[in-house]
Amino acid sequence: MTVAQADSPALAALADDSQLQRAPRTYWSMALQTLRRDVVTLVALGFLVIMALLSLLAPVVSRGIGVGPNDTNLENAFQQPYLLPYMQWRVGQDSITAPTMLGKSAGIAHWLGTDQLGRDQLVRLLYGGRVSLGIAFAAATLTLLLGVSVGTIAGFFGGVVDDSIMWLINTLISIPSIYLLILVTAIFKPNPITLSLFLGLLGWFGTARLIRGNVFKVRELDFVLAARAVGARNMRLMLQHVIPNALPIIIVNAAIDIGVLILIESALSFLGLGVQPPTATWGSMLNRANNFLFLRDPETEVYLALHLLIGPGLLITLTVLALYLIGDGLRDALDPMMKNIR
Amino acid sequence: MTRYVVRRLLQAIPTLLGVSVISFALVYNSPGDPILIRTFDPNITQETREILRRQLGLDQHWSLQYIGWLTGITVRRGDVAEEFTRPETQCSFVAGLHTTFCDNGAGILRGDLGTSIATKQAVWDRLVERMPATFELGISALLVSLLLGVPLGVLSAVYQGSIFDNLVRVMAVIGNALPAFWFGLMLIFIFGVVLGWLPTGGRQTVSLTNEFDLGDRLRHLILPTMILAFGGIAGISRFMRTETLEVIRTDYIRTAKAKGIAASRVWFIHALRNALIPLMTILGPAILGVLSGAVITETIFSWPGMGRMTFSAAIQRDYPTVLGAVMFFALLTILGNVLSDILYGVVDPRVRLS
Repeated sequence: MTVAQADSPALAALADDSQLQRAPRTYWSMALQTLRRDVVTLVALGFLVIMALLSLLAPVVSRGIGVGPNDTNLENAFQQPYLLPYMQWRVGQDSITAPTMLGKSAGIAHWLGTDQLGRDQLVRLLYGGRVSLGIAFAAATLTLLLGVSVGTIAGFFGGVVDDSIMWLINTLISIPSIYLLILVTAIFKPNPITLSLFLGLLGWFGTARLIRGNVFKVRELDFVLAARAVGARNMRLMLQHVIPNALPIIIVNAAIDIGVLILIESALSFLGLGVQPPTATWGSMLNRANNFLFLRDPETEVYLALHLLIGPGLLITLTVLALYLIGDGLRDALDPMMKNIR
Repeated sequence: MTRYVVRRLLQAIPTLLGVSVISFALVYNSPGDPILIRTFDPNITQETREILRRQLGLDQHWSLQYIGWLTGITVRRGDVAEEFTRPETQCSFVAGLHTTFCDNGAGILRGDLGTSIATKQAVWDRLVERMPATFELGISALLVSLLLGVPLGVLSAVYQGSIFDNLVRVMAVIGNALPAFWFGLMLIFIFGVVLGWLPTGGRQTVSLTNEFDLGDRLRHLILPTMILAFGGIAGISRFMRTETLEVIRTDYIRTAKAKGIAASRVWFIHALRNALIPLMTILGPAILGVLSGAVITETIFSWPGMGRMTFSAAIQRDYPTVLGAVMFFALLTILGNVLSDILYGVVDPRVRLS
């Protein structure tokens, strides 16, 4: 629109029309709007929030049921989930099984059954969620901090700095990361904090490469040149102009990264290398269940460890799935170009 | 072209050197004593342990050990050679430095990955012993993922927005999120334990004669292949869908359609060919990635491959084996990346290799 057009009385009248007045749409408000219509992403987000809340509230749930995550009861090992018999008892179908189970477990309702030591499966799953989610979030934070700062520095300065950083990244990326992690975790028996440190320190290379590529593009843009012309220093250029432009990539990457980290953490725990027993993690619970695949009740022929196998695996899968879906949803919402394609 | 290949290969040398320094420093600065772990016998005295430590060169600073591991040349103060030497070792004492230099003819630079502390075998021999199992599993998984992943991805793009398309996409997301160890256990439970159709692990049924039985081998191969291929199918179908959608928006596809060529011909002759090009970039690393084994799948199914061997070596603190295996896998990874870049230039003449 040229100045001459804007001066025309017809346009001036239009500008006064209250029906045409609306709040300016920013990039973020547009992204939020897209996100609000994306049912799949919202469901995934809801699941993740519920999962995180339940994990945080694990001590409360544990107190409510009346059993801790490491309380054993060898008399009551491999009890089947109480949930189904309880429902049947309530509707009056089966009034024997549920009270018998309660009698066996000293009045404690093991909603999802017990494991080989008679520990409550539900409470352990929630405490395991604490460990898995906590480690993944902490490691992802570290990954982002390292990846973004190293990637920005490499991309912004270029030249020798970039060459040496890229050499380091290429070197570290060439070591198959699963072996590197197995090596590190087998050597230093980790606790949750050191494990997050390892995962974070060994996981930032991909993020750094991604950010570096983006910074290469952004630093040549006019607004960076303009800022430099007004006298902005490197630090300000990076923090105020370059990094905010990479924010969409960082956010999408964070969601997917957390999912990958949960998978890696549980894989390590499954191999017996992660956080050590008796602390419950989803991976180590599966590792235990693995030993009892064949175990059957001699009378009823029911497989006794099936509930131990399904619970942790389903939670890992659903949590990682939720994070991937959130990542996909955010990518669509944060990429203005995508709207034309879909 | 040749110059490009040579340059890329030369660039791999500092990378490999970096890999060796990092893995070596990591392993040798770790807590835990490889000597103590295999001398639990109370009859062994402290002096014997020290002699063993000296013989293995484990009493020296890690940087000196690194040089010995890399080049086969060991350095020691004084004029006494190590008691434990290979027959081909040549030592010379330099009086001015008061140091003995020994060349034992090994070292990874000369292609000798060292000797395992646990089994006393050469590390390379241990790897070679496990290679057939790993290759068998890896190649069958790669074939299955390609044969299913490519058609699924292309068809999903052809019928974009249909139920089929949505199903494939959902499967791809789930395939990425499903942990191999859980999926593996579930399949073992269903097909191995409850139904009893397939073996729960191993590469073959152990018998006295150990005769080769193709049917038996295939039955053992089915479950691990499914686990490994599931992730591959998910990745490849997703990749092919995006690439095909990209290609069909180009002008020459529109031209082909305008000329009245049958839809199937446009899709599978004109579009597929060009959509396959980017697949080359992920194929190189995928092939060589297959060769470095699949730790988790091999562990669940007790598959006697390189991944499981490296895993148990790490648990046993068999440093030379772990280091040798890691170096070998790193070399494969680097070659895979170079190969993928070269293949890209070969299949797509528009890409200039410079």
